[in-house]
Amino acid sequence: MRNCGHIDPENIKDYITRDGYQALGTVVTELKPIEVIEIIEQSGLRGRGGAGFPTGLKWKFTHQAAGKEKYVVANADEGEPGTSKDRLIMEGDPHSLLEAMAIAGYAIGANTGYIYIRGEYQLAIKRLKIAIAQAKEMGLLGENLFDSGFNFEIKIREGAGAYVCGEETALLKSIEGERGEPQVKPPYPTNEGLWGQPTLINNVETLANIAVIIREGAEWFNEIGTEGCPGTKVFTLSGDVENEGIIELPMGTPLRRIIEGFGGGMVDDKEFKVAQSGGSSGGCMPKELLDTPMDYDSLAEIGMTLGSGALLVMDETHCIVDIAKCLMQFFKHESCGKCVPCREGNKRLYNRLDKISKGEGELEDLERLRDLADTMSKTALCGLGQMAPTSIYTTLKYFKDEYLTHIEDNNCTTGSCRGLVDLEVQDKRGGKDYGNNN
Amino acid sequence: MAEVKRVKRTCELENKRINSLRELNDFKEEIREERVGNQKRAGVRITTAMGSCGIAVGAQEILEAISDELTTRGLEDISIHNTGCIGLCEQEPLVKIKIEDQPAVFYGNLTPELAREVVKNHIVDNQIIASC
Ligand SMILES: Cc1cc2nc3c(=O)[nH]c(=O)nc-3n(C[C@H](O)[C@H](O)[C@H](O)COP(=O)(O)O)c2cc1C
Repeated sequence: MRNCGHIDPENIKDYITRDGYQALGTVVTELKPIEVIEIIEQSGLRGRGGAGFPTGLKWKFTHQAAGKEKYVVANADEGEPGTSKDRLIMEGDPHSLLEAMAIAGYAIGANTGYIYIRGEYQLAIKRLKIAIAQAKEMGLLGENLFDSGFNFEIKIREGAGAYVCGEETALLKSIEGERGEPQVKPPYPTNEGLWGQPTLINNVETLANIAVIIREGAEWFNEIGTEGCPGTKVFTLSGDVENEGIIELPMGTPLRRIIEGFGGGMVDDKEFKVAQSGGSSGGCMPKELLDTPMDYDSLAEIGMTLGSGALLVMDETHCIVDIAKCLMQFFKHESCGKCVPCREGNKRLYNRLDKISKGEGELEDLERLRDLADTMSKTALCGLGQMAPTSIYTTLKYFKDEYLTHIEDNNCTTGSCRGLVDLEVQDKRGGKDYGNNN
Repeated sequence: MAEVKRVKRTCELENKRINSLRELNDFKEEIREERVGNQKRAGVRITTAMGSCGIAVGAQEILEAISDELTTRGLEDISIHNTGCIGLCEQEPLVKIKIEDQPAVFYGNLTPELAREVVKNHIVDNQIIASC
């Protein structure tokens, strides 16, 4: 995000004055593809799309794979609820994405790149189109870049709003014009991606790191963040904090510092209850975990996720059962229906939570939730079904008492579960209690 | 999607084809020099955040109000620059005022009226408005 707020995204000159296209120029005129990949490997950059896969390794696999043609795809679907970092990058600094895609193309041997972008992001799409046109005009995209003989063009494909189309194999199907459904892996896209050809697919934020790594060097990058997760992470902070927004911080910054520092603390000084990290498929972190360093490894160790960097902060007025139910409603709706564990599992998880929220739950339901979660995480076809139960696992672990209050005492202390709340309407004007009068 | 209008452009250099790293560097220097000149002449740089979060809460109207106020006051030298979201979505519409040799100041939660006051107080009278 180094350029966001400093440049006019619709003027390529602004990007050039901040060393834009230097890295591309250096790469295509002075480095061999494998040398570029080595720099990215040494930098330790890991994918910012959710899974944290080492980027250099992915580039190497695609470089080594044999194919008639190869492709670079930028995953700009950003379907994860509560995440808008990629939007900020594309609206504020579109050339950094284009430059990185061309560098990636050179490194893996591709001449075509696709940006698969969420259809709602009309302003980002417009700015990307302007950026592509300006870069072409200056010969920074298109044919014979920097007189090196290397050609690279970028096309934009708009998504139509399905969450699952952010999953890489579904995304590729969608670009091909087919139904956006995940495919069995392996083969991985690095070997058989778009139209069966080797394809490199990276998240927008991952790519936005590339040019600066080439310019400043792998060592410079290594010094930021943690040993296992170098660099920065862009967080989208939302919920019951004073300042909602987007912030780039070194990997490993503790959650508490993000909420209190940038977030300015909780709204109305209410008590912090839970933060969901990583989007809808992320874990629910209780107060005890506020000092956890926010990086892939530290979070994975405790069964949580960094995911897309979404941070949804909730105060004491929110009910855990209600939160879990809302999340399952989302997954029930977004499941593509191709595999049974996900299609049926999300529906059953939702039904059971709904039952608990109405005061009809039994202790046995908690066992069933866990069983079903295990089955889904082991057998679902893609990350959607595998990760959907993360909130179930983490809330059962840290907030079991709240489930028990719903089941044993038929009580929702926050008043969120309507079925468990007795409502009494009072007429404030006349001081009369409507419940007792006619 | 609302059309983002450009108010003024300081940079008059034409984009041209770049054939080598050297040409890129030379072009970068040319742009920088030209901008330093423009900046010196105006002494002030106004930047409005034009991400979709800003535009959604009226950044376009702020831009127009500032531009109108500058024209009314005969401050044609001062140009308004656009940029994307800076992450402080909660504070939009946001404008940054940078007067030479002074620290940059951000004004958040602006209305067109407040934006006009910013032009009057901060740019004309050089008085930072502490809270608005
Ligand atoms: C259901 C689902 C949705 C996903 N949505 C996105 C998304 O919106 N954006 C994204 O970059 N990655 C998303 N991913 C991850 C991609 O499959 C893939 O791992 C990522 O694009 C790889 O890029 P990276 O290595 O740069 O992180 C999603 C995965 C799943 C399972």
